Amino acid sequence: MSDVRYSDQHEWVRLDGDVATVGITQFAAEQLGDVVYVELPDAGHQVGKGAEAAVVESVKAASEVYAPIGGEVIEANRALADDPAKVNADPEGEGWFFKVKIADAGEFAALMTRAQYDAFVKEH
Amino acid sequence: MAEIADTDLKKTPLHALHLELGAKMVPFAGYDMPVQYPTGILKEHLHTRAAAGLFDVSHMGQAFLSGNDPARALELLTPTDVVGLGEGRQRYALLLNDCGTIKDDFMVARLNGEAALYLVVNAATKDSDFAYIAERLKGLAKLVPQPDRALLALQGPKAEAALARHAPDAASLAFMQVSRMDVAGRPAIVGRTGYTGEDGYEISMAAEDAEPIARALLAEPEVVPIGLGARDSLRLEAGLCLYGHDIDETTDPVEANLVWSIGKRRKIEKGFPAAEKIMDAVLNGARRRRVGLKPEGKAPAREGTEIADRTGRVIGRVTSGGFSPTLNAPIAMGYVEAAYADDGTEVNLIVRGKACAARVVPMPFVPNGYKRK
Repeated sequence: MSDVRYSDQHEWVRLDGDVATVGITQFAAEQLGDVVYVELPDAGHQVGKGAEAAVVESVKAASEVYAPIGGEVIEANRALADDPAKVNADPEGEGWFFKVKIADAGEFAALMTRAQYDAFVKEH
Repeated sequence: MAEIADTDLKKTPLHALHLELGAKMVPFAGYDMPVQYPTGILKEHLHTRAAAGLFDVSHMGQAFLSGNDPARALELLTPTDVVGLGEGRQRYALLLNDCGTIKDDFMVARLNGEAALYLVVNAATKDSDFAYIAERLKGLAKLVPQPDRALLALQGPKAEAALARHAPDAASLAFMQVSRMDVAGRPAIVGRTGYTGEDGYEISMAAEDAEPIARALLAEPEVVPIGLGARDSLRLEAGLCLYGHDIDETTDPVEANLVWSIGKRRKIEKGFPAAEKIMDAVLNGARRRRVGLKPEGKAPAREGTEIADRTGRVIGRVTSGGFSPTLNAPIAMGYVEAAYADDGTEVNLIVRGKACAARVVPMPFVPNGYKRK
């Protein structure tokens, strides 16, 4: 059974065993507007928690995506290269960015639950 | 802090309508302006290219310039042929400072049977432009800013059909013609011009008439409201300069590839700021040129991106760059050393430290749809 947590940078993380799938939240996708380009890390790349891991660009601007959890990138969502609009259409599903093999489960536990994240969005 | 600053933002006469339409508002040139509506920038952009879009550009500066011979006076500050501007016509012009660099770009119109010229300048520069024009032309012409006028742009291949239902005379205007006429029963100045590369109009009216006219146009089936986001991607596809980005007080008309805006008579007679220097550059070439750039990959190259030759030497910088919804690909414009300005030249754009292959290409990126009759 997988568990989903959220970062204060508006990323979601779904943990299945020691593999975390990372994407941006519906709220973030709405704030960005139409996504036209996504740059993703290569498999094998080590990302530290909080490090710049991807770039997502709307018509207007480019935004960095910071890794909400550290580990080794094992897969990037190559479908986004041809169809970046998936990020708007299904940000918390088919619009996932990359998967990492996590190093520290404590980093996951420290992220927000859905209820905490929803409250966080309301405040900001 | 942010909330205090927000209350300082000025509002256009359509502010309440933008909120009613669900716009996302952002600060721009001191105004609280719609960057997009719920439709989103991509769809707004494509809709303007396919049908018609309505833009609130009331933040721009409007003024009348009157006097004995306001055209002759204005030529002291611009290399455009203003004296030769026919009645009912308008022109693109550059406002130059004494060094011959670009203080602003603006539109100048001569309305039928009127002695005063009608000017439209950029929002961010309007106060300094108006002060400069008034001060430099003191005793020769009188500048009367029109802060109580609003300005709408209706752009796209179906703009004529939509506007003609409320202003039948609009259909008979050709590109760059301008006339006073009623729109939805209210007095307006209508020019067949715009900033999208499409056929279309800019419509100036008294502030209190802006909302009724906007509502009448938005009620037409072809028309949707368009925010500043799509306005920027549309003008970039059209290869048009954004003041403060692609042209400013560090660029001159030759580097900026705007020599076409210098009148033939003016090239001979001169009499505009730094005329000798500018004409020397016209004849002998500028050190750098503004060019169109087409990245080969998918990564957009934003403003500030370094342009390098294929050996890695930096030869210029991107001044506007982003994604073209029409081409579904990145596009950019920027300045490069003159030796690299020819169409087809291969360059690299340094995006986040990576060299991305690109080519110098002619502009506009998307063919324009102007109605030249």
